[in-house]
Amino acid sequence: MLTRRNFIGSSSLLLASTALPHIGLAQDGPLRLEITEGVIEPLPFALPNFIGGSDAAADITRVIAADLRGTGLFRQIPQDAYISQVTSFNAEVSYPDWQAINAQALITGEVEERGDGNIAVRFRLFDVFSQAPLGEGLQFVGPADSWRRMAHNVADQVYSRITGETGYFDTRVAFIHEEGPKNARLKRLAIMDYDGANVQYLTDSRSLVLAPRFSPEGDRLLYTSYESGFPQVYIMDVASVQRRPLEAIPGGNMTFSPRFTPSGQTVVLSLEQGGNSDIYGVDLATGTRSQLTGSPAIETAPSFSPDGSQIVFESDRTGGQQIYVMPAGGGEGRRISTGAGRYGTPVWSPRGDYIAFTYQADGRFHIGVMRTDGSEQRLLTSSFLDEGPTWAPNGRVIMFTRETPGDDGAPAVYSVDISGRNLQRVATPGMASDPAWGPLQS
Amino acid sequence: MMTTFFRKAPVVLLVSTLALAACSQGGFRGDGGFGADGAGAAGAGGVSDPTSPAYFNQVVGDRVLFAVDQSTLSPEAQTILAGQADWMIANPEFTALIEGHADEQGTREYNLALGARRAAAVQEYLISRGVPGTRLRTISYGKERPIEICSTEACYSQNRRSVTVISAGLGA
Repeated sequence: MLTRRNFIGSSSLLLASTALPHIGLAQDGPLRLEITEGVIEPLPFALPNFIGGSDAAADITRVIAADLRGTGLFRQIPQDAYISQVTSFNAEVSYPDWQAINAQALITGEVEERGDGNIAVRFRLFDVFSQAPLGEGLQFVGPADSWRRMAHNVADQVYSRITGETGYFDTRVAFIHEEGPKNARLKRLAIMDYDGANVQYLTDSRSLVLAPRFSPEGDRLLYTSYESGFPQVYIMDVASVQRRPLEAIPGGNMTFSPRFTPSGQTVVLSLEQGGNSDIYGVDLATGTRSQLTGSPAIETAPSFSPDGSQIVFESDRTGGQQIYVMPAGGGEGRRISTGAGRYGTPVWSPRGDYIAFTYQADGRFHIGVMRTDGSEQRLLTSSFLDEGPTWAPNGRVIMFTRETPGDDGAPAVYSVDISGRNLQRVATPGMASDPAWGPLQS
Repeated sequence: MMTTFFRKAPVVLLVSTLALAACSQGGFRGDGGFGADGAGAAGAGGVSDPTSPAYFNQVVGDRVLFAVDQSTLSPEAQTILAGQADWMIANPEFTALIEGHADEQGTREYNLALGARRAAAVQEYLISRGVPGTRLRTISYGKERPIEICSTEACYSQNRRSVTVISAGLGA
């Protein structure tokens, strides 16, 4: 069997993955981890250094381990506990040696440096207690400088085979890099790998920029910029960094809070006129604008259901911010949030099962999730200021902005899984806010 | 007399250019615009000159404050804005950019919309007092440009504001 995939991303070269022949015995009772219940006890895995002896082999092993550990679902058994040494990628696995240290999963691999500037990364995953490979061995080939992506590809495969969920490691996150004191903040649009590596700045700090949003394919960004002197929605091609205002807005009317439709052909946003903000759709091909809400309240933060049929948004039509769902063509909408406090920034999960939101009550901010009918509300975080959730493409992890209080208050990007576990700060090179999680690149 | 002086005086023109440039870079100086340091405090263009931006900013008052999550104008705010309107009518060569701001206790997008609501409330009031709408523009900074940086009501109350930034001889 041969599988090939096209990888669209920073590299124009092709990464290809190829299935490798099985080794070992196939048995029943495969390793399986259910994420939705929240994992109490992380699954122990062994990951000997990938064979190859190069820096790339060690680096790739390190990134795979970090990806898996970072989920909170897996625990890495230290290499000095290993009984077996893996000296050849095709050697038979000595299962008892891995069972003895209680490794449930074993990942082996090798990295081959080719003369043409490419490297090949091969890996196998073993279910130690079933004494069988879990899925086929795979080979990824790509430019040597895309080694991080290949490591993420291996980790995505491992994650996916054990959890049954799609992975999310080979992804990028757009965000706002921040510098300077709180009362003179400079902001730049930036993009990074999901783990904070490979930061690229897409704008300079001359214009205030806010809240980027990825296109479904990950090739374009929407964001709000004060570049013209007034806040306006811009669209940027990520590869070329070419940008333009989304549409010519009559002077003084602010556009903000944009988001792509699932097709990527249309944008929904808020347009402010005379102090009133309503939600509009803008067709990217024709520039045609259609009004979707029409109340004198603040209506903003629209987000589509993944099938494109509905829009969740916030409105303060009853006095405070609450969350509503309306048909994609617009309308009154029906309120789905209940309870005291303010509900804002709703974002529909890419899986369609949950809506993430910011909840504000009693001087605290929370990130929460609810079913799309408003039931089963769960608050995942609590702090002085948490806001602006964005979903991993598999709908199982959320990133958001957390800001600390006071004169030296600073924003940072955090992640948490939908069970509320595994809260982590994302390693950005400085202050960061407004994360927008892009699609899986592979 | 003074109007003519303002149009021609290079120092004042320079100041207004700087203020404009700052605005276009995201409004660091937009808050208060000319500011107390914009022109000398004494003499023509200073705070004692009733036709000066310094006078507008400091004596008339360039800003009004709002209650939490509100855009309604308090009686105190209306008094200040009535003074702003009178000043603008008396000094017709000035235009104004009305900035709306919010405190940090809100989500980013909602606060942008709230800032716009506050700026619009000020704009409507100035128009109701006779200032031509063509001389007024609005902009919202949401919670992006606090002037006070503590995280208590003492600071929040100062940040929930609109600031009327005047410019000489520039079309709205």
